[in-house]
Amino acid sequence: MKAFALAALTAAFYVLHQDVWNWRDTTPLLFGFLPIGLAYHAGYSLCAAGIMAVLVKHAWPKGLDPDEVHGEHAGNPNEKQP
Amino acid sequence: MIPAIVVFIYLAIILYVGIFAFRRGNNTSEDFFLAGRSLGPWVFLLTVFGTNMTAFAILGSSGLAYQRGIGVYGLMASSSGLVIPLCLLFIGTKLWSVGKKHGHMTQVQYFRDRWECNGTGTVIFSLTALMMIPYIVIGIMGGGQTLEALSGGLVPYWFGGGLVALVVMSYVFFGGMRGVAWVNAFQTVMFLLFGGVAFFLIARNLGGFDKIVAEMMANPAQAPLLTRQRISPEEFFSYTFIPLSAIMFPHMAIMCMTAKSVLSFKKTVVWYPVCIMLIWLPSVFLGVIAAHQFPGLRMGESDDVLLRMLSDNTNVILAGVLGAAIMACVMATDSQIMALSTMFTTDVVSHYGGEKVSEQRRIWAGRAFAVLFTVIGYAVALMLQDIKSIFDLAIRFGFSGFASLAPIMLAALYWKRSTKWGALAATLWVATGTGFLWWLHEHSALIAPKPGQAAVPVFESLGNLFLRTPSGVTIHGYMPVMFLCLGSVLFMVAFSLMTKPPRREVIDRYFNS
Repeated sequence: MKAFALAALTAAFYVLHQDVWNWRDTTPLLFGFLPIGLAYHAGYSLCAAGIMAVLVKHAWPKGLDPDEVHGEHAGNPNEKQP
Repeated sequence: MIPAIVVFIYLAIILYVGIFAFRRGNNTSEDFFLAGRSLGPWVFLLTVFGTNMTAFAILGSSGLAYQRGIGVYGLMASSSGLVIPLCLLFIGTKLWSVGKKHGHMTQVQYFRDRWECNGTGTVIFSLTALMMIPYIVIGIMGGGQTLEALSGGLVPYWFGGGLVALVVMSYVFFGGMRGVAWVNAFQTVMFLLFGGVAFFLIARNLGGFDKIVAEMMANPAQAPLLTRQRISPEEFFSYTFIPLSAIMFPHMAIMCMTAKSVLSFKKTVVWYPVCIMLIWLPSVFLGVIAAHQFPGLRMGESDDVLLRMLSDNTNVILAGVLGAAIMACVMATDSQIMALSTMFTTDVVSHYGGEKVSEQRRIWAGRAFAVLFTVIGYAVALMLQDIKSIFDLAIRFGFSGFASLAPIMLAALYWKRSTKWGALAATLWVATGTGFLWWLHEHSALIAPKPGQAAVPVFESLGNLFLRTPSGVTIHGYMPVMFLCLGSVLFMVAFSLMTKPPRREVIDRYFNS
């Protein structure tokens, strides 16, 4: 259920990239000079960072690092686990 | 000349940084090619981001915004800010993991082991290496042109290009991947710091951006640049496939294996969209504003509008520092030279030489390849300067090609049933499809409309199937990369299901251990 919710969130966010409603508009101007189409996508980038933070917290791939189990992350590949 | 002198000082600093990294090395091949898999979270973030910030990204984005308006940010930057971190999160971390568990250094090394394929690995190697070469040539050309522009023509193209090639070659030769990583991290910090300063100084010098924007809105020729009218919704949508290329670029894939811990990816995944915004937003906006400052530039001529804005609106010292920061992006060629050297050493010398090739010989082979590729890149940049547009074009098709190879990586990492035949079919599809589209682009060059004009059919008899736009050929209005990617998925799935599954031991090694 959690995986589905996160996938749906990501998909919905991807759809929001296609902001056809801003296509021909210049106004309102953010800070008096930034056209709405550009301001929207600057905000989109900031929201993308937020989405990534959520995914990193709740959808972080498991079992990638053998050291992870032991709480160590030194990462020397030549060191064998006991 | 003062900006050029600042750039010379900057080049000396990064040379020192790169060679200083040499002293921290421990003389093993893993240390030379992967910085000993030791990059911490912040250096990893700055390096991965810096590696992806090329001359094409910075100068090209402002030049394109000059022609097509603010939509270039959504087209290239905000889509990358979503797709690239997703790739790093779900593909980059997996690559790091298999690299660490099985000692792989390159994508092809992984594919060969994962699918027990020698020939298919060689085909993928050949295609990716071929698509990388134009990036190196363009990087050296960009270095020569930037120095020439910053010095007002006092530093000739051949000298500037040669100097950039020499500096890059030196710190790759001595510092290996650690040198490349440190230099990239330093360059990214510098660009982020001084880019913001320049943005505000340019605004102040122009009397405020609000005044310029108001004038552009009142001008029918420039007002469309403040909207997305010069980009079609189909192109805007299909362009979101292009950032998939990031994970198949050999330098990015290899970079994923340099992290000290998989946790190093966390900061990169979260902060990547913010870094993109900090660099691309000013670049695109200044490109649009440049249309008001320097009207009438044609495609190609507008590539240096960012440099023009800097030199006309800031003092000489800051123009030099910013010029150096732009040089930093131009010099992303370092990670590409490093990646090609790693590929040739690992996928050719070590693969065919086997155990006979000692650690020391591998390192020296890597250094020899770094020198060889730099010299070839410089020679080509000198001899073929007049046909730079061909290399620009090769890079554009390179993005589509690498993006369309991404399903192969995805299948290798996540689909147990995928086979080498599926990978081979998808690779051949990408190679032939990209070649065909290049031919189509050249074939329709004479009928290409100007920016703002409607697309025209390439073949009247086929209607709107192939349309020629100012920037290239589309398929029913969509960018070809979308069809190349979908075709790649189709070939991967169909040929995998039609052929014998991989051996149980291989599946266990990669999925059940």
